[in-house]
Amino acid sequence: MSRLNAHEKKTVTFKLNGLPVRADAESRMLLSDFIRHEIGLTGTHVGCEHGVCGACTIQVDGAPARACLMLAVQAEGADIRTVEALSPGEGRLSTLQAAFKRHHGLQCGFCTPGILMSLDALISARPDAGRDEVRDHLSGHLCRCTGYVTIVEAALSALDEIRREVKSNV
Amino acid sequence: MNELTRPQSLVGQSVERVEDASLLKGRGRYIDDLPTRRDTAYAAFLRSPHAHAEIRAIDTDKAKAHLGVYAVLTGEDVASLTNSLVVGVKADVECWPMARDRARYVGEPVVLVVAESRYIAEDALDLVEVTYETLPPVMDPRAALADDAPVLHPSLGTNLINERSFRYGDPEAAFEAAAHRISITTAYPRNSCTPIETYGVIAEYDPGEDAYDVTANFQGPFSIHAVLSRALKVPGNRMRLRTPPDSGGSFGVKQGVFPYVVLIAIAARVADRPVKWIEDRLEHLTASVSATNRVTTLEAAVEPDGRITALSWDQIEDCGAHLRAPEPATLYRMHGNMTGAYAIDNVAIRNRVVLTNKTPTGLNRGFGGPQIYFPLERLVHKIADELGLDRLDVIRKNLVPSDAFPYRTATGALLDSGDYEAALDRAVTKGGLGELMARRDAARAEGRLYGIGLTAAVEPSVSNMGYITTVLTPEARAKAGPKNGAQAVATVGIDPLGSVTVKVASVPQGQGHRTVLAQVVADRLGLPLSAVRVNTELDTNRDAWSIASGNYASRFAPAVAGTARLAADRLRGRLATIAAAQLNVTADNVDFADGKVFDRGNPDNSVSFARVAAASHWAPGTVPEGTGQTIRETVFWTPDELTAPTAEDGINSSLCHGFIFDFCGVEIDRDTGVARIDRYVTMHDCGTILHPGMVDGQVRGGFAQAVGAALYEEYAYGADGSFLTGTLADYLIPTVMETPEPVILHFESPSPFTPLGAKGVGEGNCMSTPACIANAIADATGVEDLTLPLSPSKISALIHGDEKPSARPKNDAKPLKAREGERALSGEGSAEVSATREDIWAMLLDPKTLEAIIPGAHKVEKISDTHFRADVTLGVGPVKGRYRADIELSDMVEPEAVTLSGGTEGALGSGRGQGRITLTATENGTCVSYSYEAGIGGKVASIGGRLLDGAARVVIGQFFQSLARYAGRGKAAEAPSTGVLARLKSLLGRRA
Ligand code: FES
Ligand code: FES
Repeated sequence: MSRLNAHEKKTVTFKLNGLPVRADAESRMLLSDFIRHEIGLTGTHVGCEHGVCGACTIQVDGAPARACLMLAVQAEGADIRTVEALSPGEGRLSTLQAAFKRHHGLQCGFCTPGILMSLDALISARPDAGRDEVRDHLSGHLCRCTGYVTIVEAALSALDEIRREVKSNV
Repeated sequence: MNELTRPQSLVGQSVERVEDASLLKGRGRYIDDLPTRRDTAYAAFLRSPHAHAEIRAIDTDKAKAHLGVYAVLTGEDVASLTNSLVVGVKADVECWPMARDRARYVGEPVVLVVAESRYIAEDALDLVEVTYETLPPVMDPRAALADDAPVLHPSLGTNLINERSFRYGDPEAAFEAAAHRISITTAYPRNSCTPIETYGVIAEYDPGEDAYDVTANFQGPFSIHAVLSRALKVPGNRMRLRTPPDSGGSFGVKQGVFPYVVLIAIAARVADRPVKWIEDRLEHLTASVSATNRVTTLEAAVEPDGRITALSWDQIEDCGAHLRAPEPATLYRMHGNMTGAYAIDNVAIRNRVVLTNKTPTGLNRGFGGPQIYFPLERLVHKIADELGLDRLDVIRKNLVPSDAFPYRTATGALLDSGDYEAALDRAVTKGGLGELMARRDAARAEGRLYGIGLTAAVEPSVSNMGYITTVLTPEARAKAGPKNGAQAVATVGIDPLGSVTVKVASVPQGQGHRTVLAQVVADRLGLPLSAVRVNTELDTNRDAWSIASGNYASRFAPAVAGTARLAADRLRGRLATIAAAQLNVTADNVDFADGKVFDRGNPDNSVSFARVAAASHWAPGTVPEGTGQTIRETVFWTPDELTAPTAEDGINSSLCHGFIFDFCGVEIDRDTGVARIDRYVTMHDCGTILHPGMVDGQVRGGFAQAVGAALYEEYAYGADGSFLTGTLADYLIPTVMETPEPVILHFESPSPFTPLGAKGVGEGNCMSTPACIANAIADATGVEDLTLPLSPSKISALIHGDEKPSARPKNDAKPLKAREGERALSGEGSAEVSATREDIWAMLLDPKTLEAIIPGAHKVEKISDTHFRADVTLGVGPVKGRYRADIELSDMVEPEAVTLSGGTEGALGSGRGQGRITLTATENGTCVSYSYEAGIGGKVASIGGRLLDGAARVVIGQFFQSLARYAGRGKAAEAPSTGVLARLKSLLGRRA
């Protein structure tokens, strides 16, 4: 592994929401700062920068990860998705996003992008997930507004809908 | 049923929120997302590591010289350009946003650096050198009142900054005549509803106009705007304050950003460019703002049947190191409600406000309510138990009677509406209290620990801006002139194509104000929801606002939404007159629905809303004379009921009063002490419900925070004043796993005092739930004396007694006497080094060698022959931090022995200690033996002794191994020295 030092910039290349990205980052720069302030996608939020709140959760190669616990240079070669990738198109919401809207699964919305990225990964990996698994997944996120009830309901409703869609497609 | 709840109206329905589509797509515009000017610089703060210390010197030279740094400011620099923040009581004390000659709480800003990036600003902080002389801190509000207590503000001469006593009715006679006097003393802890988004400020200064332009995620009250202008020495119109479109939650907390508005504004002025600051989580938890902690002794005069005839309150309120605006408001917000939901005619109150070495306090959801209801509802529970009465019965017997509304409380509140008994009965039946009691009986029969708690509360909303003047004596108030009211403002505008815009000064923090306002206004103008667009950003230079503007005291639904309705009504009246002429009917026959304005008697006779609305823009000449324009209407509304305090200190502190009755079943795990909420039922009467989904959302959110306050959350301080909960791994916010789903029940008694009949609902559970859970735990354990948060360790201690100290013998080395709050450490050991004593001696005195061998050292400076200064980064368990160490050498016997003594300090803690190193010649070189004793304080001391002992050994071991390696140039590195565990093992093996 090449040795990194504080002030030298490294060129980082990775895929972000399906598009290639190439930019320079100091080796100490957090991935969360890089995505938000260098690239300018501000949907990924920062609530603690020490890995507890989950607001910064993104997907790295399909798995949820805390952007605040990664350095930008660690993203080299990765396939990264952020909340901006979830909607299927302008003016439309994904099944999960629509369920959040229906169930009032958000208030201030600050924790929401991270929660959506975790749940989106859960839905792809475990479409059969039930209440316990959803709660388990959400336990890595702090929401200060909702008391979680409507978030769980939204997730279960989205899972349900997706399962029905899959069934009607076979 | 009134027209507002007819099924076809939007109000009363849980429509989907207009806010959500963009938030769900990651397109929110929170403060850190806003575009900034290209030349914007970033600020970072150096903060006091000490709870109480004189600042002797600050050396900023190196920081100023650092590449990319634009400005470095000390408290004196800031003070030279500002006035002290206004203090809300008459007292000889100043209140600066940054420490000047003295630091008074851990985390207090001491130096501000402005640089090209936050990263560089933080680099520069490491280069600032501050010399402190520590003073003894005072942490407990009772201790702060002691005659010999350290005094925070010498000009004040005492820590008691304000005291007032009040008397209502005839409390002395009531106590005299009472069959029983029952009392309770409680210490409500410090906590905070801390939002997930932290503070943020972006400021610019225009020297041409001597004007500041600041965007901050401030939430109001905008009375603080006056404090800001005075501090920045500009008229209000040169202090432009704006809020971002979205905010990541506040719960009162973001009121506390205002001192940083001053600091960042000054930073922008000095650095001559826009400056942005986003607070990090450590800063937020340590030093943003906190709810007050309060010690209360409450005594009741009680009849044999449980009727309470008098209350006597003695409250000691701890506002932290400075009394910041609007404090001591936490203590007075509930002043009209000191009798809770009960009809008690005689009340005595003694209020003392004290200062301690903790973060200054401010707004927090529930604001003063939790501190009142905890003692009051614990006392009611205790009264029933002591008199052998049924607890529910005692509550019921004391409730304000149903036929008494509007009811004036002894201390002056006018309870607007309600039927407390009926609401309580409905909760008992619908919520299944009987069933829950059976569950408790069954659990107890199996030997399990199970308890039930009950709580009744009145939830005030829409604060009277004059309540805080109750802190002044009637004479002082008379001199200053009366203060009262609560101006709400709303503007409804119609554009040339007939679409409607609503503008309010409500500064929402996630509560969905835009949706509710669209519902209210669309209903009045007969439009679909989507035809109304709402803007809730506030700009003090452009928008209508007043001191009561903002998002606090649950004022939105009762006051702001109601004012929007009044504005819509005014336009509606004028539109009806215009339409009447077009439809050839009288105005009172005109109705609005489905985007049309029509003749009620003949709905086919109609014109489109847009056409009527457009007249004022395109053809004002056609508007019937005297009607007035329909382009824009701004309404200010303040309720008449919010009068100034009376000469007898009666104060209607809030406009609306909701009612809450809660009960819950809690089971305690005997082995672990974990309290599990088995069932929680919460009944709310918040008047007319505008959006049921949002009301329930407010209840659940407040409830979750209250569960945190009851069981997990505390801003904890060590006895030395160190702050112990600086991460979200220490300050425990409930996750989904700890948050049960409450059963929510409703009762609707519309408020006669608000335009829509609505009352506030957001804060109630923060007031009722901590007391309710504690009552259940008291019931389960039989212990009356409870202090929140009731963590598993606290509950274990209640049921098993305190944990006994471990039987394992401690280190036999005499530990150095630890100061209060410190952990003492000691140890000894030795290492073989293949070099001569003289070589080693020289190495120990050479800064370059020391730099290479001290674990985590960035730099070692030689100040004098016997004085070294080291800059090190050390990690102990999860706590990693940068420290500055000063080391003095003494008792030097060259080349045999030397004593090292010194101290170290950093943001995460401090330490001091002594060690003696002895060098003995051996066959292969030198045996280096050492012994040390140290005291460690601050955050690092909070992480458990064993971890710390182990870590110290590892660090010291690393030092000697590096010394050995360095001396032997690798030869002596026989010890398998990779891996902390291996090193630890080898070290432990080598211990003498
Ligand atoms: S910001 Fe990454 S977990 Fe909190
Ligand atoms: S919606 Fe505000 S933190 Fe979750």
